[in-house]
Amino acid sequence: MLIFTCPYCGAEAEETELTPGGEAHLTRHGPGSSDDELQDYLFSRENPKGVHFERWRHSYGCGKWFHAARCTATLEVFGTYPAQTSEPPQEIKDAISAKRPGWSWREFSA
Amino acid sequence: MKRYSAFAIAKEAFRQHTGWERAWRSPEPKARYDVVIVGAGGHGLATAYYLGKNFGITNVAVIEKGWLGGGNTGRNTTIIRSNYLQDPSAAIYEKARSLYETLSQDLNYNIMFSPRGVIMLAQTHHEVRGYQRTAHANALQGVKTEYIGPQRVKELCPIINLDGPRYPVLGGLWQERGGTARHDAVAWGYARACSDMGMDIIQQCEVTGVRSEGGRVTGVSTTKGDIACTKLGIVVAGHSGVLADMAGFRLPIESVALQALVSEPIKPCMDVVVMANTVHGYMSQSDKGEMVIGGGADGFNNYTQRGSFHHVEETVRALIETFPMISRLKMLRWWGGIVDMTGDRSPILSKTPLDGCFINCGWGTGGFKAIPGSGWGMAELMATGHSPLTEAFSLDRFKEGRFIDESVAAGVAH
Repeated sequence: MLIFTCPYCGAEAEETELTPGGEAHLTRHGPGSSDDELQDYLFSRENPKGVHFERWRHSYGCGKWFHAARCTATLEVFGTYPAQTSEPPQEIKDAISAKRPGWSWREFSA
Repeated sequence: MKRYSAFAIAKEAFRQHTGWERAWRSPEPKARYDVVIVGAGGHGLATAYYLGKNFGITNVAVIEKGWLGGGNTGRNTTIIRSNYLQDPSAAIYEKARSLYETLSQDLNYNIMFSPRGVIMLAQTHHEVRGYQRTAHANALQGVKTEYIGPQRVKELCPIINLDGPRYPVLGGLWQERGGTARHDAVAWGYARACSDMGMDIIQQCEVTGVRSEGGRVTGVSTTKGDIACTKLGIVVAGHSGVLADMAGFRLPIESVALQALVSEPIKPCMDVVVMANTVHGYMSQSDKGEMVIGGGADGFNNYTQRGSFHHVEETVRALIETFPMISRLKMLRWWGGIVDMTGDRSPILSKTPLDGCFINCGWGTGGFKAIPGSGWGMAELMATGHSPLTEAFSLDRFKEGRFIDESVAAGVAH
Protein backbone atom coordinates (compact mmCIF):
# COMPACT_ATOMS: atom_id res chain seq x y z
CA MET A 1 0.00 0.00 0.00
CA LEU A 2 1.34 3.43 -0.95
CA ILE A 3 2.04 5.89 1.85
CA PHE A 4 2.64 9.58 1.15
CA THR A 5 3.34 12.52 3.43
CA CYS A 6 1.09 15.42 2.46
CA PRO A 7 3.36 18.43 1.91
CA TYR A 8 0.62 20.82 3.06
CA CYS A 9 -0.76 19.37 6.29
CA GLY A 10 2.17 17.09 7.06
CA ALA A 11 -0.06 14.07 7.64
CA GLU A 12 1.21 10.65 6.63
CA ALA A 13 -1.59 9.28 4.47
CA GLU A 14 -2.08 5.88 2.84
CA GLU A 15 -3.76 5.56 -0.51
CA THR A 16 -7.37 5.11 0.68
CA GLU A 17 -7.09 8.66 2.03
CA LEU A 18 -5.86 9.94 -1.33
CA THR A 19 -7.07 10.17 -4.92
CA PRO A 20 -4.62 9.64 -7.80
CA GLY A 21 -4.68 12.44 -10.36
CA GLY A 22 -2.40 11.22 -13.14
CA GLU A 23 0.77 12.62 -14.62
CA ALA A 24 2.23 15.84 -13.20
CA HIS A 25 3.80 18.84 -14.92
CA LEU A 26 1.60 18.69 -18.04
CA THR A 27 1.53 21.79 -20.21
CA ARG A 28 -2.12 22.81 -20.37
CA HIS A 29 -2.52 23.87 -23.99
CA GLY A 30 -5.67 25.91 -24.50
CA PRO A 31 -7.76 27.34 -27.34
CA GLY A 32 -5.77 28.10 -30.47
CA SER A 33 -3.29 25.29 -29.84
CA SER A 34 -2.38 22.82 -32.57
CA ASP A 35 -3.88 19.32 -32.75
CA ASP A 36 -0.52 17.87 -31.69
CA GLU A 37 -0.34 20.10 -28.63
CA LEU A 38 -3.88 19.22 -27.56
CA GLN A 39 -3.17 15.54 -28.05
CA ASP A 40 -0.06 15.87 -25.87
CA TYR A 41 -1.99 17.67 -23.15
CA LEU A 42 -5.09 15.48 -23.15
CA PHE A 43 -3.87 12.01 -24.06
CA SER A 44 -0.13 11.38 -24.54
CA ARG A 45 1.53 10.20 -21.36
CA GLU A 46 5.06 9.30 -20.32
CA ASN A 47 3.86 6.11 -18.62
CA PRO A 48 7.44 5.14 -17.66
CA LYS A 49 8.52 1.91 -16.03
CA GLY A 50 10.55 3.58 -13.31
CA VAL A 51 10.74 7.14 -12.01
CA HIS A 52 7.44 8.99 -12.40
CA PHE A 53 6.01 12.32 -11.28
CA GLU A 54 2.33 12.45 -10.58
CA ARG A 55 -0.50 14.36 -8.93
CA TRP A 56 -2.39 13.18 -5.87
CA ARG A 57 -5.16 14.79 -3.89
CA HIS A 58 -5.37 14.48 -0.12
CA SER A 59 -9.13 13.92 -0.51
CA TYR A 60 -9.95 12.65 2.97
CA GLY A 61 -7.55 15.03 4.67
CA CYS A 62 -6.77 18.64 3.88
CA GLY A 63 -8.24 18.31 0.38
CA LYS A 64 -5.24 19.80 -1.43
CA TRP A 65 -3.54 18.61 -4.61
CA PHE A 66 0.16 17.82 -4.31
CA HIS A 67 2.88 16.19 -6.42
CA ALA A 68 4.72 12.96 -5.73
CA ALA A 69 7.83 11.32 -7.17
CA ARG A 70 7.45 7.56 -7.28
CA CYS A 71 8.86 4.45 -8.98
CA THR A 72 6.24 2.56 -10.99
CA ALA A 73 8.42 -0.56 -11.12
CA THR A 74 8.81 -0.94 -7.33
CA LEU A 75 6.07 1.35 -5.87
CA GLU A 76 8.83 3.16 -3.90
CA VAL A 77 7.96 6.77 -3.01
CA PHE A 78 10.88 9.22 -3.34
CA GLY A 79 9.08 12.24 -1.92
CA THR A 80 6.20 14.70 -2.19
CA TYR A 81 6.12 18.44 -2.87
CA PRO A 82 3.56 21.24 -3.24
CA ALA A 83 1.84 21.54 -6.61
CA GLN A 84 2.56 25.26 -7.16
CA THR A 85 5.63 24.55 -9.29
CA SER A 86 6.38 23.62 -12.88
CA GLU A 87 9.29 21.35 -12.01
CA PRO A 88 10.33 19.10 -9.15
CA PRO A 89 12.41 20.85 -6.45
CA GLN A 90 16.12 20.05 -6.20
CA GLU A 91 15.80 18.03 -2.97
CA ILE A 92 13.31 15.69 -4.69
CA LYS A 93 15.65 15.31 -7.66
CA ASP A 94 18.50 14.57 -5.24
CA ALA A 95 16.38 12.01 -3.36
CA ILE A 96 15.70 10.22 -6.66
CA SER A 97 19.34 10.43 -7.78
CA ALA A 98 20.41 8.74 -4.53
CA LYS A 99 18.26 5.69 -5.41
CA ARG A 100 18.20 5.82 -9.24
CA PRO A 101 21.44 7.38 -10.54
CA GLY A 102 21.14 8.64 -14.10
CA TRP A 103 17.32 8.85 -14.09
CA SER A 104 15.44 11.06 -16.52
CA TRP A 105 11.76 11.93 -17.03
CA ARG A 106 10.59 14.18 -19.86
CA GLU A 107 12.91 17.24 -19.66
CA PHE A 108 13.97 16.56 -16.07
CA SER A 109 16.97 14.47 -15.11
CA ALA A 110 19.47 13.74 -12.37
CA MET B 1 1.78 -31.97 -35.91
CA LYS B 2 -0.09 -34.99 -34.60
CA ARG B 3 -3.78 -34.21 -34.36
CA TYR B 4 -5.54 -34.49 -31.01
CA SER B 5 -8.60 -36.73 -31.14
CA ALA B 6 -10.46 -39.41 -29.20
CA PHE B 7 -8.68 -41.95 -31.39
CA ALA B 8 -5.28 -40.46 -30.47
CA ILE B 9 -6.08 -40.73 -26.75
CA ALA B 10 -7.13 -44.37 -27.16
CA LYS B 11 -3.99 -45.13 -29.16
CA GLU B 12 -1.71 -43.47 -26.58
CA ALA B 13 -3.48 -45.30 -23.77
CA PHE B 14 -2.18 -48.56 -25.26
CA ARG B 15 1.44 -47.39 -25.21
CA GLN B 16 1.72 -45.68 -21.83
CA HIS B 17 1.27 -42.20 -23.38
CA THR B 18 4.80 -42.22 -24.78
CA GLY B 19 3.83 -40.91 -28.21
CA TRP B 20 2.71 -37.37 -27.35
CA GLU B 21 4.91 -34.69 -28.82
CA ARG B 22 5.62 -31.18 -27.56
CA ALA B 23 2.82 -28.79 -28.53
CA TRP B 24 5.25 -26.25 -29.97
CA ARG B 25 8.95 -26.13 -30.81
CA SER B 26 11.38 -23.90 -28.89
CA PRO B 27 13.86 -22.85 -31.59
CA GLU B 28 16.75 -20.40 -31.42
CA PRO B 29 16.00 -17.22 -33.39
CA LYS B 30 17.04 -16.97 -37.04
CA ALA B 31 18.86 -13.84 -38.24
CA ARG B 32 15.89 -12.62 -40.28
CA TYR B 33 12.11 -12.98 -40.53
CA ASP B 34 9.46 -11.35 -42.72
CA VAL B 35 7.45 -10.48 -39.64
CA VAL B 36 8.45 -10.25 -36.00
CA ILE B 37 5.70 -10.05 -33.38
CA VAL B 38 6.76 -8.88 -29.92
CA GLY B 39 4.62 -10.49 -27.24
CA ALA B 40 3.45 -14.11 -27.16
CA GLY B 41 0.19 -13.49 -25.37
CA GLY B 42 -3.18 -14.25 -26.91
CA HIS B 43 -3.24 -11.17 -29.14
CA GLY B 44 0.32 -11.64 -30.44
CA LEU B 45 -0.11 -15.34 -31.15
CA ALA B 46 -3.52 -14.78 -32.78
CA THR B 47 -1.95 -12.11 -35.01
CA ALA B 48 0.75 -14.57 -36.08
CA TYR B 49 -1.79 -17.35 -36.59
CA TYR B 50 -4.04 -15.31 -38.91
CA LEU B 51 -1.00 -13.93 -40.79
CA GLY B 52 -0.24 -17.53 -41.67
CA LYS B 53 -3.77 -18.83 -42.09
CA ASN B 54 -5.34 -15.91 -43.99
CA PHE B 55 -2.34 -14.45 -45.81
CA GLY B 56 0.17 -17.30 -46.14
CA ILE B 57 2.88 -15.36 -44.29
CA THR B 58 4.68 -17.99 -42.22
CA ASN B 59 8.25 -16.68 -41.96
CA VAL B 60 7.26 -15.21 -38.61
CA ALA B 61 8.82 -15.06 -35.16
CA VAL B 62 6.86 -14.38 -31.99
CA ILE B 63 9.22 -13.10 -29.29
CA GLU B 64 8.31 -13.29 -25.62
CA LYS B 65 10.12 -11.87 -22.59
CA GLY B 66 8.74 -14.46 -20.18
CA TRP B 67 6.77 -17.56 -21.07
CA LEU B 68 3.93 -17.56 -23.56
CA GLY B 69 0.54 -16.67 -22.15
CA GLY B 70 2.17 -15.64 -18.85
CA GLY B 71 1.01 -12.03 -18.89
CA ASN B 72 -2.56 -10.82 -19.02
CA THR B 73 -3.64 -13.85 -21.09
CA GLY B 74 -3.14 -15.98 -17.97
CA ARG B 75 -4.40 -13.32 -15.54
CA ASN B 76 -7.86 -12.34 -16.77
CA THR B 77 -11.27 -13.58 -15.70
CA THR B 78 -11.92 -15.28 -19.09
CA ILE B 79 -15.18 -13.48 -19.90
CA ILE B 80 -16.25 -13.35 -23.55
CA ARG B 81 -18.98 -10.94 -24.70
CA SER B 82 -19.60 -8.41 -27.46
CA ASN B 83 -22.42 -6.21 -26.12
CA TYR B 84 -20.71 -2.88 -26.85
CA LEU B 85 -22.42 0.39 -27.69
CA GLN B 86 -20.17 1.82 -30.41
CA ASP B 87 -20.21 0.28 -33.89
CA PRO B 88 -16.45 -0.29 -34.32
CA SER B 89 -16.27 -2.01 -30.90
CA ALA B 90 -19.30 -4.21 -31.56
CA ALA B 91 -17.78 -5.22 -34.92
CA ILE B 92 -14.39 -6.35 -33.59
CA TYR B 93 -15.69 -7.95 -30.36
CA GLU B 94 -18.48 -9.77 -32.22
CA LYS B 95 -15.96 -11.01 -34.79
CA ALA B 96 -13.90 -12.32 -31.87
CA ARG B 97 -16.89 -13.95 -30.17
CA SER B 98 -17.97 -15.67 -33.36
CA LEU B 99 -14.42 -16.95 -33.97
CA TYR B 100 -14.33 -18.30 -30.40
CA GLU B 101 -17.35 -20.48 -31.21
CA THR B 102 -15.34 -22.64 -33.60
CA LEU B 103 -11.84 -21.97 -32.31
CA SER B 104 -11.40 -25.41 -30.70
CA GLN B 105 -12.12 -27.06 -34.07
CA ASP B 106 -10.00 -24.56 -36.04
CA LEU B 107 -6.99 -25.04 -33.78
CA ASN B 108 -7.60 -28.74 -33.00
CA TYR B 109 -7.12 -27.68 -29.38
CA ASN B 110 -9.85 -27.63 -26.77
CA ILE B 111 -10.13 -24.05 -25.56
CA MET B 112 -13.21 -25.05 -23.52
CA PHE B 113 -15.37 -22.24 -24.89
CA SER B 114 -18.52 -22.24 -22.79
CA PRO B 115 -21.28 -19.98 -24.18
CA ARG B 116 -23.08 -19.93 -20.85
CA GLY B 117 -24.39 -16.38 -21.24
CA VAL B 118 -23.40 -13.06 -19.69
CA ILE B 119 -25.67 -10.74 -17.66
CA MET B 120 -24.63 -7.17 -17.05
CA LEU B 121 -26.70 -6.01 -14.08
CA ALA B 122 -28.52 -2.70 -14.11
CA GLN B 123 -28.42 -1.49 -10.50
CA THR B 124 -29.21 2.19 -11.02
CA HIS B 125 -31.83 3.90 -13.20
CA HIS B 126 -28.98 5.35 -15.21
CA GLU B 127 -27.81 1.84 -16.01
CA VAL B 128 -31.35 0.71 -16.90
CA ARG B 129 -31.54 3.41 -19.58
CA GLY B 130 -27.94 2.78 -20.66
CA TYR B 131 -28.44 -0.95 -21.19
CA GLN B 132 -31.77 -0.49 -22.97
CA ARG B 133 -29.91 1.81 -25.33
CA THR B 134 -27.11 -0.73 -25.76
CA ALA B 135 -29.66 -3.48 -26.51
CA HIS B 136 -31.16 -1.30 -29.29
CA ALA B 137 -27.68 -0.49 -30.65
CA ASN B 138 -26.77 -4.19 -30.61
CA ALA B 139 -29.95 -5.04 -32.57
CA LEU B 140 -28.82 -2.64 -35.29
CA GLN B 141 -25.28 -4.04 -35.19
CA GLY B 142 -26.47 -7.63 -35.54
CA VAL B 143 -25.28 -8.60 -32.06
CA LYS B 144 -27.88 -10.67 -30.24
CA THR B 145 -28.54 -9.14 -26.81
CA GLU B 146 -31.69 -8.54 -24.84
CA TYR B 147 -32.73 -6.24 -22.00
CA ILE B 148 -34.31 -8.36 -19.27
CA GLY B 149 -36.22 -7.60 -16.08
CA PRO B 150 -35.25 -8.59 -12.52
CA GLN B 151 -37.37 -11.76 -12.45
CA ARG B 152 -35.61 -13.11 -15.53
CA VAL B 153 -32.26 -12.25 -13.89
CA LYS B 154 -33.32 -14.31 -10.86
CA GLU B 155 -34.33 -17.25 -13.08
CA LEU B 156 -30.98 -17.19 -14.85
CA CYS B 157 -29.00 -16.75 -11.63
CA PRO B 158 -30.91 -18.06 -8.59
CA ILE B 159 -28.17 -17.18 -6.07
CA ILE B 160 -28.59 -13.47 -6.74
CA ASN B 161 -30.17 -11.13 -4.18
CA LEU B 162 -32.49 -8.74 -6.05
CA ASP B 163 -33.39 -6.50 -3.12
CA GLY B 164 -30.04 -5.35 -1.79
CA PRO B 165 -30.55 -2.07 0.06
CA ARG B 166 -27.68 -0.30 -1.64
CA TYR B 167 -27.56 -2.06 -5.00
CA PRO B 168 -30.99 -3.45 -5.98
CA VAL B 169 -31.11 -5.40 -9.24
CA LEU B 170 -33.41 -3.48 -11.59
CA GLY B 171 -32.74 -5.49 -14.73
CA GLY B 172 -29.89 -6.56 -16.93
CA LEU B 173 -28.38 -6.77 -20.39
CA TRP B 174 -28.34 -10.44 -21.37
CA GLN B 175 -26.07 -11.86 -24.04
CA GLU B 176 -26.90 -15.51 -24.36
CA ARG B 177 -23.99 -16.30 -26.68
CA GLY B 178 -21.37 -14.78 -24.40
CA GLY B 179 -19.52 -16.91 -21.89
CA THR B 180 -16.04 -18.01 -20.86
CA ALA B 181 -13.12 -20.01 -22.23
CA ARG B 182 -9.99 -21.56 -20.76
CA HIS B 183 -7.59 -18.63 -21.13
CA ASP B 184 -4.28 -20.56 -21.10
CA ALA B 185 -5.63 -22.96 -23.71
CA VAL B 186 -6.31 -20.05 -26.08
CA ALA B 187 -2.63 -19.09 -25.98
CA TRP B 188 -1.46 -22.70 -26.11
CA GLY B 189 -3.78 -23.58 -29.00
CA TYR B 190 -2.66 -20.62 -31.10
CA ALA B 191 1.00 -21.33 -30.23
CA ARG B 192 0.70 -24.95 -31.32
CA ALA B 193 -0.98 -23.97 -34.59
CA CYS B 194 1.63 -21.24 -35.28
CA SER B 195 4.50 -23.62 -34.58
CA ASP B 196 2.89 -26.16 -36.91
CA MET B 197 2.89 -23.57 -39.72
CA GLY B 198 6.67 -23.21 -39.25
CA MET B 199 6.63 -20.04 -37.17
CA ASP B 200 9.23 -19.65 -34.39
CA ILE B 201 7.99 -18.90 -30.89
CA ILE B 202 10.98 -17.63 -28.94
CA GLN B 203 10.41 -17.46 -25.19
CA GLN B 204 12.70 -16.01 -22.49
CA CYS B 205 13.88 -13.45 -25.04
CA GLU B 206 13.47 -9.81 -24.09
CA VAL B 207 13.43 -7.06 -26.70
CA THR B 208 15.94 -4.38 -25.68
CA GLY B 209 15.71 -2.07 -28.69
CA VAL B 210 13.93 -1.41 -31.97
CA ARG B 211 16.27 -0.94 -34.95
CA SER B 212 15.37 1.39 -37.79
CA GLU B 213 16.96 3.05 -40.80
CA GLY B 214 15.64 6.13 -42.57
CA GLY B 215 12.33 6.04 -40.68
CA ARG B 216 11.72 2.37 -41.45
CA VAL B 217 11.94 -0.53 -39.05
CA THR B 218 14.76 -3.00 -39.78
CA GLY B 219 14.59 -5.30 -36.78
CA VAL B 220 14.85 -5.65 -33.03
CA SER B 221 17.70 -6.10 -30.57
CA THR B 222 17.02 -8.82 -28.03
CA THR B 223 18.74 -10.66 -25.20
CA LYS B 224 19.30 -13.45 -27.77
CA GLY B 225 20.92 -11.13 -30.32
CA ASP B 226 19.69 -8.95 -33.16
CA ILE B 227 16.78 -10.17 -35.29
CA ALA B 228 16.06 -8.46 -38.62
CA CYS B 229 12.55 -8.12 -39.99
CA THR B 230 10.56 -6.35 -42.69
CA LYS B 231 7.52 -5.74 -40.51
CA LEU B 232 7.28 -5.48 -36.75
CA GLY B 233 4.16 -5.94 -34.63
CA ILE B 234 4.19 -4.69 -31.03
CA VAL B 235 1.57 -6.57 -29.02
CA VAL B 236 2.70 -6.23 -25.42
CA ALA B 237 -0.28 -4.83 -23.44
CA GLY B 238 0.99 -3.20 -20.23
CA HIS B 239 4.51 -2.67 -21.58
CA SER B 240 3.36 -0.96 -24.81
CA GLY B 241 4.72 2.38 -23.61
CA VAL B 242 8.15 0.86 -22.99
CA LEU B 243 8.29 -0.65 -26.51
CA ALA B 244 6.92 2.53 -28.10
CA ASP B 245 9.68 4.46 -26.38
CA MET B 246 12.24 2.12 -28.00
CA ALA B 247 10.57 2.69 -31.38
CA GLY B 248 10.63 6.45 -30.86
CA PHE B 249 6.99 7.45 -30.43
CA ARG B 250 4.61 8.16 -27.57
CA LEU B 251 1.28 6.56 -26.82
CA PRO B 252 -1.92 7.83 -25.22
CA ILE B 253 -1.65 5.01 -22.70
CA GLU B 254 -1.25 4.57 -18.97
CA SER B 255 -0.40 1.22 -17.41
CA VAL B 256 -2.22 0.33 -14.23
CA ALA B 257 -2.83 -2.81 -12.18
CA LEU B 258 -6.06 -4.77 -12.49
CA GLN B 259 -6.69 -7.50 -9.93
CA ALA B 260 -8.70 -10.69 -9.77
CA LEU B 261 -9.20 -13.50 -7.28
CA VAL B 262 -10.78 -16.91 -6.97
CA SER B 263 -12.51 -18.51 -4.01
CA GLU B 264 -12.11 -22.04 -2.76
CA PRO B 265 -13.97 -24.48 -5.05
CA ILE B 266 -17.62 -25.16 -4.26
CA LYS B 267 -20.38 -27.20 -5.91
CA PRO B 268 -21.98 -25.78 -9.08
CA CYS B 269 -24.21 -22.84 -8.11
CA MET B 270 -24.03 -20.38 -10.99
CA ASP B 271 -24.02 -21.22 -14.69
CA VAL B 272 -23.88 -17.70 -16.12
CA VAL B 273 -21.40 -14.83 -15.91
CA VAL B 274 -22.67 -11.84 -13.93
CA MET B 275 -21.12 -8.40 -14.25
CA ALA B 276 -22.08 -5.52 -11.95
CA ASN B 277 -20.55 -2.36 -13.31
CA THR B 278 -21.96 0.05 -10.73
CA VAL B 279 -20.11 -1.75 -7.98
CA HIS B 280 -17.17 -2.74 -10.21
CA GLY B 281 -17.43 -6.45 -9.66
CA TYR B 282 -17.97 -9.47 -11.84
CA MET B 283 -18.19 -13.14 -11.05
CA SER B 284 -18.47 -16.52 -12.70
CA GLN B 285 -17.86 -20.09 -11.59
CA SER B 286 -14.99 -21.98 -13.13
CA ASP B 287 -15.24 -25.62 -14.18
CA LYS B 288 -13.24 -26.47 -11.05
CA GLY B 289 -15.93 -24.81 -8.91
CA GLU B 290 -13.99 -21.71 -7.89
CA MET B 291 -15.87 -18.41 -7.92
CA VAL B 292 -13.80 -16.20 -10.26
CA ILE B 293 -14.04 -12.56 -9.19
CA GLY B 294 -12.75 -9.43 -10.86
CA GLY B 295 -13.04 -5.78 -9.98
CA GLY B 296 -11.93 -2.30 -10.92
CA ALA B 297 -8.45 -1.16 -11.87
CA ASP B 298 -6.21 0.91 -9.62
CA GLY B 299 -5.99 4.59 -10.44
CA PHE B 300 -2.22 5.05 -10.49
CA ASN B 301 0.56 3.97 -12.85
CA ASN B 302 2.00 0.64 -11.87
CA TYR B 303 4.17 -2.06 -13.47
CA THR B 304 4.39 -4.44 -10.50
CA GLN B 305 1.58 -6.94 -11.26
CA ARG B 306 0.17 -6.37 -7.79
CA GLY B 307 -2.41 -3.84 -6.75
CA SER B 308 -4.09 -2.23 -3.80
CA PHE B 309 -5.79 -4.39 -1.21
CA HIS B 310 -8.63 -1.92 -0.70
CA HIS B 311 -9.77 -2.33 -4.34
CA VAL B 312 -10.29 -6.04 -3.82
CA GLU B 313 -12.03 -5.32 -0.52
CA GLU B 314 -14.44 -2.89 -2.23
CA THR B 315 -15.23 -5.39 -4.99
CA VAL B 316 -15.89 -8.26 -2.60
CA ARG B 317 -17.88 -6.09 -0.20
CA ALA B 318 -20.24 -5.06 -3.01
CA LEU B 319 -20.54 -8.56 -4.47
CA ILE B 320 -21.44 -9.98 -1.04
CA GLU B 321 -24.57 -7.84 -1.01
CA THR B 322 -25.60 -9.09 -4.45
CA PHE B 323 -24.50 -12.70 -3.74
CA PRO B 324 -24.92 -13.23 0.04
CA MET B 325 -23.94 -16.90 -0.22
CA ILE B 326 -20.31 -16.06 -1.04
CA SER B 327 -19.81 -14.23 2.26
CA ARG B 328 -18.25 -17.22 4.05
CA LEU B 329 -16.07 -18.42 1.17
CA LYS B 330 -12.31 -18.38 1.60
CA MET B 331 -10.11 -16.70 -0.97
CA LEU B 332 -7.83 -19.20 -2.70
CA ARG B 333 -5.66 -17.10 -5.04
CA TRP B 334 -5.29 -13.40 -5.77
CA TRP B 335 -3.24 -11.78 -8.50
CA GLY B 336 -2.78 -8.67 -10.64
CA GLY B 337 -1.98 -7.87 -14.24
CA ILE B 338 -0.76 -4.67 -15.87
CA VAL B 339 -3.37 -3.28 -18.24
CA ASP B 340 -2.87 -0.55 -20.84
CA MET B 341 -5.59 2.09 -20.57
CA THR B 342 -6.34 4.60 -23.33
CA GLY B 343 -8.22 7.86 -22.93
CA ASP B 344 -11.41 6.55 -24.58
CA ARG B 345 -11.07 3.01 -23.15
CA SER B 346 -10.89 1.54 -26.65
CA PRO B 347 -7.90 -0.28 -28.12
CA ILE B 348 -5.32 0.90 -30.64
CA LEU B 349 -4.66 -1.30 -33.69
CA SER B 350 -2.63 0.87 -35.95
CA LYS B 351 0.30 1.81 -38.11
CA THR B 352 2.82 3.90 -36.20
CA PRO B 353 5.07 6.86 -37.05
CA LEU B 354 7.81 4.27 -37.73
CA ASP B 355 7.29 2.69 -41.18
CA GLY B 356 6.70 -1.06 -41.08
CA CYS B 357 6.02 -0.99 -37.35
CA PHE B 358 2.48 -1.75 -36.19
CA ILE B 359 0.98 -1.66 -32.72
CA ASN B 360 -1.89 -3.53 -31.09
CA CYS B 361 -2.51 -2.30 -27.55
CA GLY B 362 -4.84 -0.37 -25.28
CA TRP B 363 -7.21 -3.27 -24.63
CA GLY B 364 -7.24 -2.13 -21.03
CA THR B 365 -9.35 -4.26 -18.75
CA GLY B 366 -11.12 -6.27 -21.46
CA GLY B 367 -8.68 -7.80 -23.93
CA PHE B 368 -9.20 -11.53 -23.50
CA LYS B 369 -12.62 -11.56 -25.16
CA ALA B 370 -11.18 -9.84 -28.21
CA ILE B 371 -8.22 -12.13 -28.92
CA PRO B 372 -9.38 -13.84 -32.15
CA GLY B 373 -10.93 -10.68 -33.63
CA SER B 374 -7.92 -8.61 -32.66
CA GLY B 375 -5.54 -11.12 -34.26
CA TRP B 376 -7.73 -11.34 -37.37
CA GLY B 377 -7.79 -7.56 -37.86
CA MET B 378 -4.16 -6.99 -36.89
CA ALA B 379 -2.98 -9.69 -39.34
CA GLU B 380 -4.98 -8.07 -42.15
CA LEU B 381 -3.57 -4.65 -41.23
CA MET B 382 0.01 -5.94 -41.18
CA ALA B 383 -0.33 -7.96 -44.38
CA THR B 384 -2.26 -5.48 -46.54
CA GLY B 385 -1.91 -2.13 -44.79
CA HIS B 386 -5.65 -1.86 -44.29
CA SER B 387 -8.37 -3.66 -42.36
CA PRO B 388 -12.03 -2.68 -42.00
CA LEU B 389 -12.02 -4.16 -38.50
CA THR B 390 -9.17 -1.98 -37.24
CA GLU B 391 -9.65 1.19 -39.30
CA ALA B 392 -11.46 3.13 -36.56
CA PHE B 393 -8.91 2.09 -33.92
CA SER B 394 -5.96 3.99 -35.44
CA LEU B 395 -3.49 5.93 -33.32
CA ASP B 396 -4.32 9.26 -34.97
CA ARG B 397 -7.89 9.23 -33.65
CA PHE B 398 -6.73 10.99 -30.49
CA LYS B 399 -5.33 13.89 -32.50
CA GLU B 400 -8.36 14.03 -34.75
CA GLY B 401 -10.90 13.77 -31.93
CA ARG B 402 -12.49 10.63 -33.39
CA PHE B 403 -12.93 8.75 -30.13
CA ILE B 404 -14.62 5.40 -29.75
CA ASP B 405 -15.90 6.37 -26.38
CA GLU B 406 -16.69 3.16 -24.55
CA SER B 407 -15.70 4.71 -21.23
CA VAL B 408 -18.76 6.93 -21.38
CA ALA B 409 -20.88 4.15 -22.91
CA ALA B 410 -20.09 1.71 -20.12
CA GLY B 411 -19.82 4.27 -17.35
CA VAL B 412 -16.70 2.41 -16.19
CA ALA B 413 -13.63 0.78 -17.62
CA HIS B 414 -14.81 -2.45 -19.11
